[in-house]
Amino acid sequence: MNKLFCVLVGIGTVVSTYAQKFTTEKSSIVFFSDAALEDITASNLKAISIFDATKGEVAFSVPIKEFEFEKALMKEHFNEKYLESEKFPKATFQGVFEGYTVSQGGAQPVTAKGKLTIHGVTREVVIPGTLEFSAGKVVAKAKFIVKLEDYKIKIPQIVWQNIAEEVEVTIEFNYQS
Amino acid sequence: MMKRMIRVGVSIAFMMAGLGLSAQDLLSELESAESKQQEYTTATFKSTRLVNGQTMETKHKGALEFIFAHRFGAVNEGIYELFGLDQAYVRLGLEYGITDRLGVGFGRNSVDKTMDGYVRYKLLRQGTGVRNIPVTITGFGNMAIRTSPKKEDATFDITLEDRISYTTQLLIARKFSSRLSLQLMPTLVHKNTVDATIENNDQWALGVGGRIKLTGSLALTSEYYYRFDVPDANPYYNSLGFGIDIETGGHVFQLVMSNSRGLTERAFITETTGQFFDGDIHLGFNVTRTFQLKKER
Repeated sequence: MNKLFCVLVGIGTVVSTYAQKFTTEKSSIVFFSDAALEDITASNLKAISIFDATKGEVAFSVPIKEFEFEKALMKEHFNEKYLESEKFPKATFQGVFEGYTVSQGGAQPVTAKGKLTIHGVTREVVIPGTLEFSAGKVVAKAKFIVKLEDYKIKIPQIVWQNIAEEVEVTIEFNYQS
Repeated sequence: MMKRMIRVGVSIAFMMAGLGLSAQDLLSELESAESKQQEYTTATFKSTRLVNGQTMETKHKGALEFIFAHRFGAVNEGIYELFGLDQAYVRLGLEYGITDRLGVGFGRNSVDKTMDGYVRYKLLRQGTGVRNIPVTITGFGNMAIRTSPKKEDATFDITLEDRISYTTQLLIARKFSSRLSLQLMPTLVHKNTVDATIENNDQWALGVGGRIKLTGSLALTSEYYYRFDVPDANPYYNSLGFGIDIETGGHVFQLVMSNSRGLTERAFITETTGQFFDGDIHLGFNVTRTFQLKKER
């Protein structure tokens, strides 16, 4: 009887620790705004993420203040006026990757479904992207559009020609187990 | 048999608990893994000028700011002078960020035909994270040469030395929230040559000022300089000013009203001629345009 007990607890422990978790080794988040007067691009190398390959769960967190721009003043306005990073210091995503096979090599198309939070506004999103598994490593890539209006990011009339209403976001996470 | 069932049940419960543990919120797991980093407060003020005087802000590295400032005559001069708008006192200036903390600038003000040059350095930066620092402190020092009157028009044999004054300030500011920032400005103005019956060579003053942000691009500002140990015969007043900051991209427009018309420290801190509450109010504006000369990346 005790043996059965041990075996069951054992299985429980093994299953729970076996959950294969990947954490970010390198990350890059770039956004691009293409407006009438000005193209603006900014990149952030400080995002972190966890991906649990057994369950498909994924989460990432992006510190807003770490976006670097071509002009220092753009960074200041981005934080101070548009993303209000003192109030909302992070953008986050929490959800699942769907449609992948761990054993398959090469880049495979997947979708990430879940909650994307930017500027304190959380929305359900479906983001298409790719996952590529190799020994102990995973690379996740995605490119999608964020509508500023959806996240209550207000652009004053006077600069609407400088800032696009939609920005293109490119994400790349390099995970290791 | 019954006992056995219970034991199996307990075991299954344990197993479920084990599974449940691994399913904990990935996002909170991420947050606990994050390393603490020092974060510095940014944009305490929108500009390097509060109303007439300085803020603790420095330009970012490689940024050049052109400052065009204008003060009209006093509004109580009436309709004949179009409430002061017929006269104008101008300061044109440039400021450059050598590093994010060190800046230099120079300018010329039409009041007393004064040229000024200055250096500012952020000694301490407000921030949180590794170390909690409650305030930003910037040291500011300038030298100003008043080129009026001409040598032949002067009442005494005036030399270059007589024309020079120095200002040393500590600009101590705290951004309490994204809405409210306050600043204290202990100041020493030294004038090489003075009329000793009305003023001292060294003049101490304490400025207080702040801003309240109304929207992302709009803020109200105010500034007051109190002078210490003023001789009884001194004809000047303490400087008081109010302003509205409007920011649009690379420009900041500051619409101001003040009893001072000069725009160098010597002129507005120690030689303000207007009495604010008698209507000696000068309307004016500061317009700044920032150019990024060196790319950040």
